[in-house]
Amino acid sequence: MAGVLIYSDKLNLALELITAGKAINDEVTAVAINDEELAKGLANAGVKVLSVANEAVNVADTAAVASVIKELAGGVKTVLLASNRRGKELAGRLAQKLGAGCLTDVSSFTVNGDKIECQRNALGGATVATQVIVSDKGVIAIAPKSFAPAGEGSGSIELVSLDVSSKVKVLEVKAKSADAVDIEAAEVLVVAGQGVNSQDDLTDIEALAKKLGGEVACTKPVATDKKWLSEERVVGLSGKLCKPELAVLLGVSGQVQFTVGIRDAKTIVSVNTDENASMNQLSDYVLTADLHEVVKDLNSKL
Amino acid sequence: MNIVVAMKQIPDLQQIRIRNRQPVFDDVPLTIGDIDKNALEAAVNLKEGTDANIIVLSAGNEDVEDTIKEALAAGADEAFLILDDDLEDAESSQIATILAAGLKKMDDVSLILFGEGSGDNYSGQVGSRVAELMDLPQVGYVSTIEVNGNVAKVTRSLEDVEEVIEVELPAVISVMAGINEPRIPSVTQILKAGKKPKEVLELDDIEIDLGAATIETNSNLAPESDRKKIVVKSVDELVEKLTAENLIGR
Repeated sequence: MAGVLIYSDKLNLALELITAGKAINDEVTAVAINDEELAKGLANAGVKVLSVANEAVNVADTAAVASVIKELAGGVKTVLLASNRRGKELAGRLAQKLGAGCLTDVSSFTVNGDKIECQRNALGGATVATQVIVSDKGVIAIAPKSFAPAGEGSGSIELVSLDVSSKVKVLEVKAKSADAVDIEAAEVLVVAGQGVNSQDDLTDIEALAKKLGGEVACTKPVATDKKWLSEERVVGLSGKLCKPELAVLLGVSGQVQFTVGIRDAKTIVSVNTDENASMNQLSDYVLTADLHEVVKDLNSKL
Repeated sequence: MNIVVAMKQIPDLQQIRIRNRQPVFDDVPLTIGDIDKNALEAAVNLKEGTDANIIVLSAGNEDVEDTIKEALAAGADEAFLILDDDLEDAESSQIATILAAGLKKMDDVSLILFGEGSGDNYSGQVGSRVAELMDLPQVGYVSTIEVNGNVAKVTRSLEDVEEVIEVELPAVISVMAGINEPRIPSVTQILKAGKKPKEVLELDDIEIDLGAATIETNSNLAPESDRKKIVVKSVDELVEKLTAENLIGR
């Protein structure tokens, strides 16, 4: 089997992988595991779908999913996965099974002859590396929203049965906090950094975001350490990579793992008491002042 | 019971300077990735009240022997290091092969902890590759770990849901960034770290075939940045500038 095999358990991401796959080879085959809806959705995007029905395989069991995909990958040279958490975890395992080289968090690629030149962040986001898999087989995990979802087409579904066992049991699946914000889609972001004094200050910051027609986002420690905001709102290498028209950064020092998530913004404003904050070097407008005063002032003027 | 924490030596990212879009590593100190420190802290918390032993496992160049003291000070009981200056630029597949070879020399390992990704490359492959090489179950992006006999109950934190999972031990677990606040060692702990046991092996001692590199890097450049860096003196001035750019008051 020539061509490209794609897999994600999320339909929206799998559709993006079809587009990415077709940029490599016309022949794209998709995998669905215990998910008829996914199989149908993929077939409606015009690809052949290998649909696996085996209750022993839970998509939460990375080892089992990797075994399934390896079985189906046959002579395929390239497997594309989504670089969401599930996909990244799977990527290394599948690559090891296939004896393949692997690149994750790939945001774009150029096909140059038989080489796929992939771009991904390196050095914590300080640089962008262009890398090529030179082994016979390759596993590439594509960052979400890097490609447009595939349009409609007429594909087919082939049912496949496989024998796989599992050492992982899912006891419970809990919905995360109801925070369904999509900061990647926002045109304006007001970003709370560690310079924000207390959780109470977020009220004013939210008001400002609203006035600007945007959303509140934050740096990693504000969510994971202080727990003032949900993880959905984290900008940075291990959070979201955002491209708003305007980003207003409040008390953000500018660690590289953060800046990688905001450097594609059109205009960046940095408000910080430290005039030497490294963020200021990466901003269009720099205001050296107490962010709390600035927020109050902006709220009264806008 | 041994808990192994795999850790990677990386350059201190805050101290890397960019010159002509190239990263400059001169005089940049070496450290351990932040998420690896979260993994170690998780191990230290698991150890409390048990007779578990924490082994920090690392592969890299000769400098690792010094860098790893940070982990021994922060709660690891011993270090298992595979050092060779050829490993300086080794890729994920090669490091995974070496770590797995090291693990195979250890007894009674119940948990192998990783961070979700290294501080520098953040590729997140090595843990998954080691799990495959060791033929062990794995759970990634874990925010809580509870060990009960020969199983662990862990929470995997995905973008949209949390999965509570029971996994047979031994298992490979990778922890999510920022799930805890790694302790800062006291001076006494730092002094004691130098005396903790260290097993240092060379590549020849583990007799493995590293295999050919599977990845080639064509370039690694800082993105071009052409920010205006205009210093404004007041909120009024800021509002004026942003209004002129049609960014506010639309």
